[in-house]
Amino acid sequence: MIKHLRDAGDLDAGNATLILDTARELARLTGGREVKKLPTLRGRTVVNLFYEDSTRTRISFEAAAKRLSADVINFSAKGSSVSKGESLKDTALTLQAMGADAVVIRHGASGAPHRLANWVDGSVVNAGDGTHEHPTQALLDAFTMRERLGRLAGLNVTIVGDVLHSRVARSNVVLLATLGAKVTLVGPPTLIPVDIASAEVSYDLDAVLPTSDVVMMLRVQHERMNASYFPSAREYSRRYGMDGARMARLPEHAIVMHPGPMNRGMEISPEVADSPRSTIVEQVANGVSVRMAVLYLLLGGK
Amino acid sequence: MASQNAAPDQARTGKVILAETDVHRVVDRIAHQILEKTEGARETVLFGIPTRGVPLAKRLSARIHAFEGIAVPVGTLDVTLYRDDLRLKAARALGPTDVPPGGVDGRRVILVDDVLFSGRTVRAALDALGDLGRPSSVQLAVLVDRGHRELPIRADYVGKNIPTALSESVRVSLAEIDGTDEVKLYGGEVQ
Repeated sequence: MIKHLRDAGDLDAGNATLILDTARELARLTGGREVKKLPTLRGRTVVNLFYEDSTRTRISFEAAAKRLSADVINFSAKGSSVSKGESLKDTALTLQAMGADAVVIRHGASGAPHRLANWVDGSVVNAGDGTHEHPTQALLDAFTMRERLGRLAGLNVTIVGDVLHSRVARSNVVLLATLGAKVTLVGPPTLIPVDIASAEVSYDLDAVLPTSDVVMMLRVQHERMNASYFPSAREYSRRYGMDGARMARLPEHAIVMHPGPMNRGMEISPEVADSPRSTIVEQVANGVSVRMAVLYLLLGGK
Repeated sequence: MASQNAAPDQARTGKVILAETDVHRVVDRIAHQILEKTEGARETVLFGIPTRGVPLAKRLSARIHAFEGIAVPVGTLDVTLYRDDLRLKAARALGPTDVPPGGVDGRRVILVDDVLFSGRTVRAALDALGDLGRPSSVQLAVLVDRGHRELPIRADYVGKNIPTALSESVRVSLAEIDGTDEVKLYGGEVQ
């Protein structure tokens, strides 16, 4: 097994499948029983190093580490030595001195986990870095697809929205290609990057719906709206939003995903978000199992 | 294929300890012993420890059914996450854990494994079982006991005691997994 999970490119098909299989057993093991805790990482320390605000990812990693009996230290940049000007490297050396076995890092700068991995002895897990990657989100998305549809190879996955700034989309494109799914990126031309090799691109959502097994809606980031990437929220919603009428054009088995937090009525209508085809709540539950699998496999052994 | 007794180099080819018919006879005997010791397998659940404990547990249940017409539920109990050597070895893939309907609370649980050696797997299994519920009692059935215990653990049902040296290894093959029923002893010099 690999030591760090810095981006989805760290995973070959074998390791990615091992993580998904392990997550499945962990979900079965801890679901529906009284004692949810496992003794596996007893005495190990996991540091959550969060330089950006996050609720679900941080809580998800914290729950995952605690269910494996690891000691969890939460570090958020606000109100810490970082606000006094400490550099990432000095913070890393502090964590190193405290004996962190794993550091889960979210950072606004793309590539921060790569730098961190050079400074600490423990495993580094990327929990989102800038506009680069968010590999555990891609793993839990892949896990959700596999649970719902039974396979990943050959699936047509359509990712819709602000691909340019989305680390979720970037990780998904890489991981899904590794696992044999076919990805199509859809969005306004201003929000689709030009350098993506392992995915198709379309600017017309309605055209790709009938052949999609999975539609993944990305969050429209409000801060982008003022930057003229698209004329208005309403126009975006009409062209690229998922509503009941569009959902009806999907194949019967198709699912609709969203990494959250979602803007109801913007990229996804409440009718879709609350329908049985939406996997949004499952994705959150699966996130804990997948992150348990990642921590177990990265920290197991020497 | 099998039964080359007095093999010149046991290290490479292995020495057959139990051939196919022996394995069947031993499983039958353990099934009978379980029936005797558990008042006809009343309130009893068999738990196979992956990998080869699982088909063994299923066979025991099937034999008990054949002898007495009693259906003994079979579960599987993966102990990987409870092992004490996780830090020493690379992380392993997990096996399945399946608890039969009715759970383990208040029932007699019989753990089933292929080889009893250091006893550490059984210790891990006891911990794993404790997280599933509270059995009224726990027993242990193994196909082979090869000695060299490192913990105060003993089996209630033993198919065959095999005195071994630490340098030797015991390999159990079962038809469900390996295509053949056989127990072989390999010498340690070469490995």
